[in-house]
Amino acid sequence: MKYRSVFDIIGPVMIGPSSSHTAGAARIGRVARSLFGREPKWATVSFYGSFAKTYRGHGTDVAIIGGILDFDTFDERIKTSLQIADANGMKITFIEEEAVADHPNTARVIIGDDQGQLELVGISIGGGKIEITELNGFLLQLSGNHPAILVMHNDRYGAIAGVANVLAKHAINIGHMNVSRKEKGQLALMTIEVDQNIEIGVIEELKTLPNILQVTKIAE
Amino acid sequence: MFRNVAELVELAVSRNCKIAEVMIQQEMEVTGKSREDVFSMMDRNLKVMEQAVEKGLAGVKSHSGLTGGDAVLMQAYIEKGNFLSGETILDAVSKAVATNEVNAAMGTICATPTAGSAGVVPGTLFAVKHKLHPTREEMIEFLFTSGAFGFVVANNASISGAAGGCQAEVGSAAGMAAAAITEMAGGTPAQAAEAMAITLKNMLGLVCDPVAGLVEVPCVKRNAMGAANAMVAADMALAGITSRIPCDEVIDAMYKIGQTMPSALRETAQGGLAATPTGRELEAKIFGIPLDRREP
Repeated sequence: MKYRSVFDIIGPVMIGPSSSHTAGAARIGRVARSLFGREPKWATVSFYGSFAKTYRGHGTDVAIIGGILDFDTFDERIKTSLQIADANGMKITFIEEEAVADHPNTARVIIGDDQGQLELVGISIGGGKIEITELNGFLLQLSGNHPAILVMHNDRYGAIAGVANVLAKHAINIGHMNVSRKEKGQLALMTIEVDQNIEIGVIEELKTLPNILQVTKIAE
Repeated sequence: MFRNVAELVELAVSRNCKIAEVMIQQEMEVTGKSREDVFSMMDRNLKVMEQAVEKGLAGVKSHSGLTGGDAVLMQAYIEKGNFLSGETILDAVSKAVATNEVNAAMGTICATPTAGSAGVVPGTLFAVKHKLHPTREEMIEFLFTSGAFGFVVANNASISGAAGGCQAEVGSAAGMAAAAITEMAGGTPAQAAEAMAITLKNMLGLVCDPVAGLVEVPCVKRNAMGAANAMVAADMALAGITSRIPCDEVIDAMYKIGQTMPSALRETAQGGLAATPTGRELEAKIFGIPLDRREP
């Protein structure tokens, strides 16, 4: 079931005009921002399919930048996000891709600063609901509706069990989990959707586990 | 968890409760939230809908200038009293248009199930309110009932114009509204499902062809007709008329039609009304792009 809550259907409260192109885009941008953990200095956004054809009229451009600025779907500042980003010194590039993506509403967001960069692909599946399908080259599924943690780790036995044990110890229930790796024995990524927000102490504890390289959380 | 309309109706019948109640209980189970929380979240959505209608009836204009002011015209027309169809239908039409005009103007709305189709459910709700005098709680239940049917469509077909055409957006919204109107007017859960089926059947094949890619033309007027369609279908179901094709099969048909629709007719502004000479002229004017540089 792609949609689990009635508020996926009656909602979100949002700035018009399109739940897929405006609210969904804002949410994709906000997940990227949340994962990056700080306001980036630059952003390159590629639009595919219907996003590429109609983003100007739908405010998809202002919405996705609004999300990158950490604005929610109903934040009035979305309308002036490009000016706000400019005032903050953020350099923005939009690319209209000709390539056909798997989903008609797809955006690739690359954001960064002097410290690093992050690349994410999101799709807007309707009614403001999104899925994150790719992160830094890893394939994954992330609805953006639940608190989640992303754990970059070495592909070794016990790495997953270690993380699950720590979560169990803190009585944190896993709703959805996905493991993705580029090649056997190399870098891998765990995506874990949980039922409640995770305290920073738990994140720090996860980071100390063997073979765990990086832990990031996404709040609901 | 109900997966289709047949299961939804069965749950309501076996528990001897409204469709709304089935949706409320499922929401509490899935999210772990209390009944009070779930109700207050829906109440917030209802408030946003009320404010959007109010704003639209006061008159708005979109940035492109393509839409705005039609809700005002319709209210003035109703006040003259010389209308041909019923007052409740026209009131629903004006309020659906009001909401969608606010959406087009980048105002605040509640996606129901999407932003492009946000007018139909509140439009019909606020119109039947004058006829049925529901309590606040019953108005909130109207939204849960709409949500229950939309939930089935979203999980078994689609509510996105880009994925399934306008039948998936305004079509779904109209079906959701028809079911909720039927329940609010005292219809059974089975009658609510019939109303949904009858409405959606009459929205099948509806393409998504927004002029200049904007959620304005023909979206605003499609919200109007979606509302009218929902009202008539609710009356048909309450009269005891049934759909020969069961609701779940209609939803499945809608999904398959959407999949076979060419991408030009799925929110890409490449076909239909968007590709008419006037549609292209408006697009060129709004975005300042010379016509000869547009894609065919």
